[in-house]
Amino acid sequence: MLNSVGREIPEEIIKLTGKEVFQGAFAKDGVEYQRAAPVVKPVMSNTTSKMVDSIHEALVKCGVRDGMTFGFHHHFRDGDMVVKLVMDEVHKMGIKDITICASSLGRAHDFLVPMMEDGTVTNIESSGVRGEVGKAISHGKLKGLAIMRSHGGRVRAIQTGESRLDISFIGAPTCDDYGNCRGIGGKSDCGVLSYSHVDGNHANKVVAITDCLVPFPNYPPHIPMAKVDYVCVVDAIGDPTKIATGAAKPTTDVRKLTMADYCTQFVVNTPYFKDGFSYQTGIGGASIASTISLTKIMEERGIRMGFGVGGLTKPMCDLLDKGLVNLLLDTQDFDLSAVSSLTNPRHHRISAGAYANPFNKGAFVNKLDFVILAALEVDVNFNVNVVVGSDGIITGAQGGHPDTAAGAKCTIVISPLLQGRIPAICTDVTTVTTPGETIDVVITEYGIAINPLRQDLIEATKDTDLPFCTIEELRDKAYEIAGKPEPVQFGERVVGIIESRDGTILDVVREVKEFKLDK
Amino acid sequence: MRNPEKFRLRRSMLFLNAQKPGLIRDPYVYAPDTIMLDLEDAVAENQKDAARYSLYHALKEIDYHGVERIVRINGLDTPHWREDVRVCVAGGADGIRIPKTESGVDVRAIEEEVRKAEQEFGVEEGKTLLMAALESCMGVINVMEICRSSERLFGIALSGGDYTKDLQTVISGTGIELAGARQNMIIAARAAKVQCFDTVYTDLDNMEGFERETAMIKAMGFDGKSLINPRQISIVHKIFTPTEKEIIFAEKVVREIDEKKKLGIGVFTVDGKMIDIAFYDGAKRCLELAKASGVYRKGAAEC
Repeated sequence: MLNSVGREIPEEIIKLTGKEVFQGAFAKDGVEYQRAAPVVKPVMSNTTSKMVDSIHEALVKCGVRDGMTFGFHHHFRDGDMVVKLVMDEVHKMGIKDITICASSLGRAHDFLVPMMEDGTVTNIESSGVRGEVGKAISHGKLKGLAIMRSHGGRVRAIQTGESRLDISFIGAPTCDDYGNCRGIGGKSDCGVLSYSHVDGNHANKVVAITDCLVPFPNYPPHIPMAKVDYVCVVDAIGDPTKIATGAAKPTTDVRKLTMADYCTQFVVNTPYFKDGFSYQTGIGGASIASTISLTKIMEERGIRMGFGVGGLTKPMCDLLDKGLVNLLLDTQDFDLSAVSSLTNPRHHRISAGAYANPFNKGAFVNKLDFVILAALEVDVNFNVNVVVGSDGIITGAQGGHPDTAAGAKCTIVISPLLQGRIPAICTDVTTVTTPGETIDVVITEYGIAINPLRQDLIEATKDTDLPFCTIEELRDKAYEIAGKPEPVQFGERVVGIIESRDGTILDVVREVKEFKLDK
Repeated sequence: MRNPEKFRLRRSMLFLNAQKPGLIRDPYVYAPDTIMLDLEDAVAENQKDAARYSLYHALKEIDYHGVERIVRINGLDTPHWREDVRVCVAGGADGIRIPKTESGVDVRAIEEEVRKAEQEFGVEEGKTLLMAALESCMGVINVMEICRSSERLFGIALSGGDYTKDLQTVISGTGIELAGARQNMIIAARAAKVQCFDTVYTDLDNMEGFERETAMIKAMGFDGKSLINPRQISIVHKIFTPTEKEIIFAEKVVREIDEKKKLGIGVFTVDGKMIDIAFYDGAKRCLELAKASGVYRKGAAEC
């Protein structure tokens, strides 16, 4: 069946998943649903200990068995050790058919590939997958389906009961013996535990895993004891050198600086750029550079930001230090400056649900004026791909991309015209991961294309010196330089689905085939 | 045979390794006035033929959107330069940068090969311009002869690295070691009516130093500077492009001198500054530079 972004979704996938096809970014607005509730085992006795001696004991006490779904967060990014600690034990115990439902998976999880091959892990639900796991999924090594969904989409899927978490493992930088977890302190400081809130609320069993046990009460907790069944102390839950590193040096790449400058000029020429505006940006060189150049204009014009939200980096925290933003609402810390900024009383932690869950009674993303995003590919219908590489291999993550794109009044995608020698602006993206109706502006070093759906933005910026053109002109320019690439050759088997934030199917990812040149 | 492009605007001349597709694919996005595709120092000895091949196809296939394409060929003391010249001409390069130029004879040797190549490939005679890089004390001593050596020669450039080696000193950052060469070169270039370009600034972490040096060579009279990184382009353009205030003042000077001449008045004031005929050429040059830089405001009087 064709969905509303023109992607053919095979009937057997619709039947297998019980999902509908995507019908538009806001098709489910106002549609009521029943929230799922977890099974809770109360602790009434004052002699009950939540402490377990090992991951093994935690698994046994949680009643681990074949076919369960495990929840994990990715706040430790490439330094994560929690998934490995748990899955190595599960593997040793001979448990099979596990579904991993993580907020994201990356290069720290390459070890999962043999477990996919031997049937320990048969399903993966994640914002996306980088590294060897992505390659393995694309080569058909996962028995079941990979479901790629946004950060907001994960919270929605758990709250609606589409994903039922049997056990969630929360890596906690500090924790007490009764399960009060904090994202700050300890050896594996990640600042926040935003992605785990939904696990705490909805998983049947919650295991806190820490390498820094602190005296009770570890207060104020980011995941409170009332939601935690067991506490396990291990030697290390993360590699701090890969969790939050020193702030990235601002880019000196002239192309990125050019795009950043275009972005800033565009932002300040829209009607949304006024005192109290809200803003989210990413961690790419151009995004960071545009925040830096925007800061200068805010200072010159005396304009303050109302709130900044999402994953944070130093330039956003610098705004807070300069008094140029009223509040920072933090879901993830990408550098040590962001972690240390959490001591500022105007820098608040929020849950991934509050941030982006489309099935909330409203999320922060809905109140965004601007979001600055990146892309692997953008097509002439403004559809964006951030998950599947132009070689057909799963290599990225949706993160909050579709959530913020749908929520923000002005969604800007910054992308170089070419990624290496592959056109990033193309006729059809390899995979649709954010629908074009939610993308307003595409900025490249060659020119800026505004989505024709946004005549108001075209009108508002028409008298600027910015190099406007159509998205087709950008595509043509990219093809003129690099040539039109041969389409990636896929097999028939669907190995993954790209779930829209509302739970419908936006696209499918097929197994890749070895590329063969035409005779 | 006067080539209309001979004295075009050349504030920024960006070096690019001719062998690197990623670099030569679309450098026009940085908007330099000139790119200098390098076959010489950036290319290893055993890669010269591959670089020529890449260069030829780039010149033939890529639309550089009006950015001038100069090729730095290998020196006369190498076995490569004749074939380099043939490839430049066959590809349709706008000009050739001759490295290690020490005399007018050097320039004429290249000129002769260019002429033959233009004939061989059916290129209009005189289309391929020349510039001479001075990289030794001998070159600097012979600067006047070099400046006058060929009708094709549009300018001379200092190559500070090799020159300081020959001078038995090093680049200090103060510019003291290059002062004599710079002064000699700009005076000779102006006397011979050719353009003059400064050497590269290699410390990319010191943008303030780069800006200071660029402002200094602009004040000395240079037309532009060789660059090694796109980050340097906007700084050079900022320094070499007249400000709005300068343009307005120059317009007034030209207008006032024209009017006062008719009235037989030689000396007068504009905005409180004493002005006479000696200011005329400078003001005209400022307006020409503004026009060439694309900053001259619409509807302004022709200069």
